[in-house]
Amino acid sequence: MKIKWAMLAAIFTIVTVLTGCEPLAVLNPKGPQAETQADVIWLSIGIMLFIVVAVFAILIYMLVKFRASKQSDDYEPPHIEGNVIVESICVGIPVLIVAFLSIVSVQSNYEVESSPEGYGEKEPLVVYASSSNWKWHFSYPEQNIETVNYLYIPTDRPLEFKLYSYGPITSFWIPQLGGQKYAMSDMVTTLHLAADAPGEYMGRNANFSGKGFAENTFNVKAMPQAEFDEWVDEVNNTADPLTEKEFDQLLEPGHLGQLTFKGTHLTFLPPPSAENGGHNHGSGSADKHTEMSGNSDNESDSGHSDSHSDEEHSDH
Amino acid sequence: MDFFDRFAIPHPSPIIYASMVAIGLTVIAIVAGLTYFKKWGYLWREWITTVDHKRIGIMYLLSALLMLFRGGVDALMMRAQTAVPENTLLEAQHYNEIFTTHGVVMIIFMAMAFIIALMNFVVPLQIGARDVAFPRLNNLSFWLYFMGAMLFNLSFVIGGSPSAGWTSYFPLAGNEFSESVGTNYYMLAIQISGIGTLMTGINFIATILKMRAPGMTLMKMPMFTWSALITNLIIVFAFPVLTVALAMGTMDRLFGSNFFTTSDGGMDMLWANLFWVWGHPEVYILILPAFGIYSEIIPTFARRNLYGYKSMVASMVLISLLSFFVWVHHFFTMGQGALVNSIFSISTMAIAVPTGIKIFNWLFTLWKGKIKITVPMLYSLGFLPIFTIGGVTGVMLGMSAADYQYHNTMFLVAHFHLVIIPGVVFAMIAGMTYWWPKMFGFMLNERIGKWTFWFIAGGTCLAFFPMFISGLDGQARRMYTYSEATGFGIWNMLSFIGALGLAAGFILIVYNVYYSTRYASRDIGDDPWDARSLEWATHNPVPEYNFAITPQVNSSEAFWDSKKNGHKLFKGPFKEIHMPNNSGMPFIMSILFFVLGFALVFSLWIVAIISLIGVFACLAHRSFEKDHGYHISVEEIEKTEAERGGAEHENR
Repeated sequence: MKIKWAMLAAIFTIVTVLTGCEPLAVLNPKGPQAETQADVIWLSIGIMLFIVVAVFAILIYMLVKFRASKQSDDYEPPHIEGNVIVESICVGIPVLIVAFLSIVSVQSNYEVESSPEGYGEKEPLVVYASSSNWKWHFSYPEQNIETVNYLYIPTDRPLEFKLYSYGPITSFWIPQLGGQKYAMSDMVTTLHLAADAPGEYMGRNANFSGKGFAENTFNVKAMPQAEFDEWVDEVNNTADPLTEKEFDQLLEPGHLGQLTFKGTHLTFLPPPSAENGGHNHGSGSADKHTEMSGNSDNESDSGHSDSHSDEEHSDH
Repeated sequence: MDFFDRFAIPHPSPIIYASMVAIGLTVIAIVAGLTYFKKWGYLWREWITTVDHKRIGIMYLLSALLMLFRGGVDALMMRAQTAVPENTLLEAQHYNEIFTTHGVVMIIFMAMAFIIALMNFVVPLQIGARDVAFPRLNNLSFWLYFMGAMLFNLSFVIGGSPSAGWTSYFPLAGNEFSESVGTNYYMLAIQISGIGTLMTGINFIATILKMRAPGMTLMKMPMFTWSALITNLIIVFAFPVLTVALAMGTMDRLFGSNFFTTSDGGMDMLWANLFWVWGHPEVYILILPAFGIYSEIIPTFARRNLYGYKSMVASMVLISLLSFFVWVHHFFTMGQGALVNSIFSISTMAIAVPTGIKIFNWLFTLWKGKIKITVPMLYSLGFLPIFTIGGVTGVMLGMSAADYQYHNTMFLVAHFHLVIIPGVVFAMIAGMTYWWPKMFGFMLNERIGKWTFWFIAGGTCLAFFPMFISGLDGQARRMYTYSEATGFGIWNMLSFIGALGLAAGFILIVYNVYYSTRYASRDIGDDPWDARSLEWATHNPVPEYNFAITPQVNSSEAFWDSKKNGHKLFKGPFKEIHMPNNSGMPFIMSILFFVLGFALVFSLWIVAIISLIGVFACLAHRSFEKDHGYHISVEEIEKTEAERGGAEHENR
């Protein structure tokens, strides 16, 4: 059977390419989260390959052995009902495989959803990453600086990205540091990453968001903490402050190059509040409700009033 | 003139103008042809108003093939655009429209129509019924589907196509970010066609539960009928969710409600959830009938009964239940946390178990068989390995931590095409080839058919395997272009070549239909494949009443038993047969739905209100109409049977 061999060859090629020549981004991790994910991917490729080979082997055997051309004309195939033992094996082995994969899956879920370990007592660096058509805004509340379309990060320190969007759902993704997560307009999501090796990495919005989606990328540069601190000082000394008016202009749909500002937009335009976004899903008191809907109003008409407090957002 | 501005295409291009001309010329040619050959009356009496499930099935089949062509051209243009880095064949907006319409057309208007085509034609014959339970509703289902499809395709030349992806995620699809009427078309065309599908679901559940031949208990139903029953149950449970979601989306876009907007309390994740609560079961709506078709074809050409009938049924029931508990795996990355992701990760992978049972049962059906490789069998055998690869990558995607890396990438695109193409498209071509002699009284050419298979199977592998690699290298889906530095170029070029192979395959299918229509023998008997289930027990072509005498059934392979074990299918004398009358009302009502949809797309309120009143008038008319159908006399049955039966049916 030509196709069987063609496909075996194809799988073989895929595997060689995956292992060989140039490493693919996702399988060339530069941080603990991406490494966990790459490990899971390799493990599952291995197990799945076993299943594929088993199915192919059975199919080839059946086709070679039971072709009509290989049998006498008067051979009449028997009537065979199911067999409990055979079918139990067909259920049992997949159940075992799925059970094993479930354990791996649950474990790795909790791993990638928590702050990466192994960095001692280091506090995670919090970065607010917000998207607008078709840009990324990175706010460093601790350092009080903001960049557009590029991200500098220190190595060997956990990173905590707070994601939200001024517009369509986008997805924040730096393949070599770890998997993606959505940024949405009415809630803040958290993505835990870390970089182990200095270097430049590709980052992008992975979720389709309209006309400028293809170019909705950003550059990531990981560097040692000292170098990072230097950069922060430099920005604080040289960059222009980010004003509310300027930020409103940045939000206009379009593409921008890399920009750097002193101060963050968090001070005048806080991210969507609360875990549940601007909504109150029945939890909390009436007071809380008012406060939350208040915030959501401010964010929606993008002109802000002074009535709300934004300390809680900028004090990270 | 302001009034007409709204109908203009927002982003015109030479391709669109050329299509406008082509569509115009085709319409003129069809109208002129029908008039010249005086076929209007024939078309109206025999086809448009028909309530015969076989003819409705054939109309679905033709529409599905038409839509396959439309969706295929979209696919080719996408692959051509991305074949080389920084290509300028299409602009971003045009590319976005094309992948959106490709998805919608292929899923809603091609695949759904194709499975419903085969269900319509085959199920009543397989259970020994004269028609479906509600023949006129069946006609309405078809016309609603057809009008929905036409409305959707109209967007290409009037007003502009939707461009927010076939998933149409809000808020991108909302007025804030999609200003053209494209998404209105999406909401209304799918709504209209979805109502038709929901009716089909109800119709077939009633048909299969109430109209089976005597002796055919549930566990003696042929496997395709089983798959149809379960599919239609899923339709009835899943489609109302889509109906509601589309209604909410329509209200957001037309009436300023805020279900999915970014402000005033709208929730953008709500649409994604509602969409996939329908969308995942939809995947199984497509795949289960395909499983049913393979379960008919493989035993026929292995000359053996289906291995593990009971576990086949059980696994389908299990799949249908699980299909409602996995929708979150379409957005593991939405931030719902490790616990929720773990639950849905496990439920997703659990589906692999019943699916695996089915794969192994098909493989064991070959055991000790006498395998004859015909075109339908070739597709079934090609399905097994390719689908297995598509399926196991699905398990990989089900591991949510790793899915953070696969999500929204070409890896995902490769996965779902490698399940849908061997799962649905192969099955549909196989089923079409297999039942073609029953539909049209001649067989499709085997030699051309085999060539076609190799083009399609090879094209599929070449088009989609490279995407696994470019996906793992960081290529997101739906990107209209990429830079040379990314290194994605080579993989996308391979994909494009594979797509050309697929296109060649589909051209060969059309050629095969033409060639066989002209040259194939009409003298093929009633049972050219030496098959096993009831649809082969009646004549070629099938009389309008299907079976002169209702068959008696004793096993899931009643016809095989009658051939090999002397089981007597048809007992007793001819009796008068009660048949339903044709009706033009469903067609008129569907036209009104079309006008309603079009008027709503462009906010033409007066037209919309008038056509909506018209729809209700049709409903009212039906409620008070007295139509008792007609009877076919014994003499007429005898005459037909003598004409079509010949000597071999004398023993009836």
